[in-house]
Amino acid sequence: MSAPLDPTPVTAVVDDEPTAVRKAPGEPGEVIIRFSDVHKSFGSKVVYEGLSFDVRRGETLTIIGGSGVGKSVCLKMLIGLLKPDGGSIQAFGQEVVGMDEKQLLPVRSRIAMLFQGGALFDSMTVAENIKYPMIEHRWGTPERMDERVHEVLDLVDMPGVEQLKPSELSGGMKKRVALARTIAIEPEVILYDEPTTGLDPITIRRINGLILRLQERLGVTSVVVTHDMDTVFTVTDRLALVYQRGIAFTGTPEEARNSELRFLSEFVKGGRGTLDEDLV
Amino acid sequence: MDGFSGFFGALGEVAILTAQTLRELVRPPLEFKLWIAQLDQGGVQSWSITFLTAIFTGMVMASQFAIGLAPFGASLYTGKLVALGIVRELGPVLTALLVGGRVGAGFTAELGSMAVTEQIDAIRALGANPVRKLVVPRVLAMVIALPLLTVMADLVGCAGGVFITMAEVGITFRFGVLQMIETIGVPDMLHGIGKSAFFGYFIAIIACWVGMNTRGGTEGVGHATTRTVVWTSITILVSDFFLTRLFLAVYG
Repeated sequence: MSAPLDPTPVTAVVDDEPTAVRKAPGEPGEVIIRFSDVHKSFGSKVVYEGLSFDVRRGETLTIIGGSGVGKSVCLKMLIGLLKPDGGSIQAFGQEVVGMDEKQLLPVRSRIAMLFQGGALFDSMTVAENIKYPMIEHRWGTPERMDERVHEVLDLVDMPGVEQLKPSELSGGMKKRVALARTIAIEPEVILYDEPTTGLDPITIRRINGLILRLQERLGVTSVVVTHDMDTVFTVTDRLALVYQRGIAFTGTPEEARNSELRFLSEFVKGGRGTLDEDLV
Repeated sequence: MDGFSGFFGALGEVAILTAQTLRELVRPPLEFKLWIAQLDQGGVQSWSITFLTAIFTGMVMASQFAIGLAPFGASLYTGKLVALGIVRELGPVLTALLVGGRVGAGFTAELGSMAVTEQIDAIRALGANPVRKLVVPRVLAMVIALPLLTVMADLVGCAGGVFITMAEVGITFRFGVLQMIETIGVPDMLHGIGKSAFFGYFIAIIACWVGMNTRGGTEGVGHATTRTVVWTSITILVSDFFLTRLFLAVYG
């Protein structure tokens, strides 16, 4: 039996009122996100058939699985970037499925996403990129926004790059600036879509350190989609395996390592698991 | 069958994008900064290509008519024909085709690149509306800029026509200008400018829709850009016929 959903409603958006007003933090460990029997297809390709899992406040849940199984799709469905074909997705006690863009605003102020390539806006400077969500969510005064830009850049070890354009940054720096933008409006949940893909081992370690640091300092809940086993073992509290259009396993990394699911244990050990039916 | 359903599906999506654009256009706060940036990029920066095309078109038309009308002793009417041809037809259509190629391709390349690098998803995830941020400024810029560029093309094309008529037929500059002013009425101007506002809308909405629906990485961006140039050109040429019939019915 899973824990009950946090019943506190998402802050309502009223025209011309700031959306950054937020509720007091809830109890650690309570379920704040719940996927129930979610179905999703793209044309004839079925991605999910009955996806169900929970995310608890304060934890770092890592989602692993083979390439193309739909791990990122799951993150995008949570913040309404993709619509599921069926099932229920609840965030902070409210049903996300069926919400329009306006209704999704308060959800997106509490759940932020770090995109795979950073998705920084090329035409803007680093400072303008970081201010973007603050302006959209009417987060504070212009002076406070300037201060916040410095604060979050310090937090990701990137001071002094405010006036640079994304094209002047390396891949790792882009990820860190994107992370700074993601945390700018103090979200309660951060979704990381392959945060270390394509980076060198030192930068991977640095990003993993940042994820941990953000969890410790800001107390955020994190959902990390990754293939990288270093990331899995560095940041994970709980692991979920996406397999055969649903979640085949949830548990700690240690439980995963000792799992009887051969594909999972080999995946976690960094071995070459195969996707044959008989491995599960 | 796929072709037909694909075509009507695309038409429906463009119609929905148009409705969303109109809704976001009037919803405060208005994003003047973005509008002006696009007016500059799409309009101001297109003046040189428009100028060059218009002046040479006027000169070529005058050369052809001056020689073609000579056997009938009608060379003195060269200026009238050039003026009517440019103001009613060639000014708006050629400007739209050129600006459509230049600006439409640019819109699609930019939005397509944003789509394949998840920047459009990021706009939504960060609490903004991509139609409001990306489509409205571009559509508005083109609907305003294209008629203005067309007026410039009309003036420059007529000037080119006058100069060649002076050289080929031997008229004075004053005669040439007065002849053109006498020939072109307000309905002729409205005919051309009205069409160009529609062309501006077609260019921007097609370019934005194709750009925002781009898939398949950089290769996809290339295909999308090509598609935009083809589709905007065909739309301009086909709609020109229907718009011409419409404006003829309205203005004569």
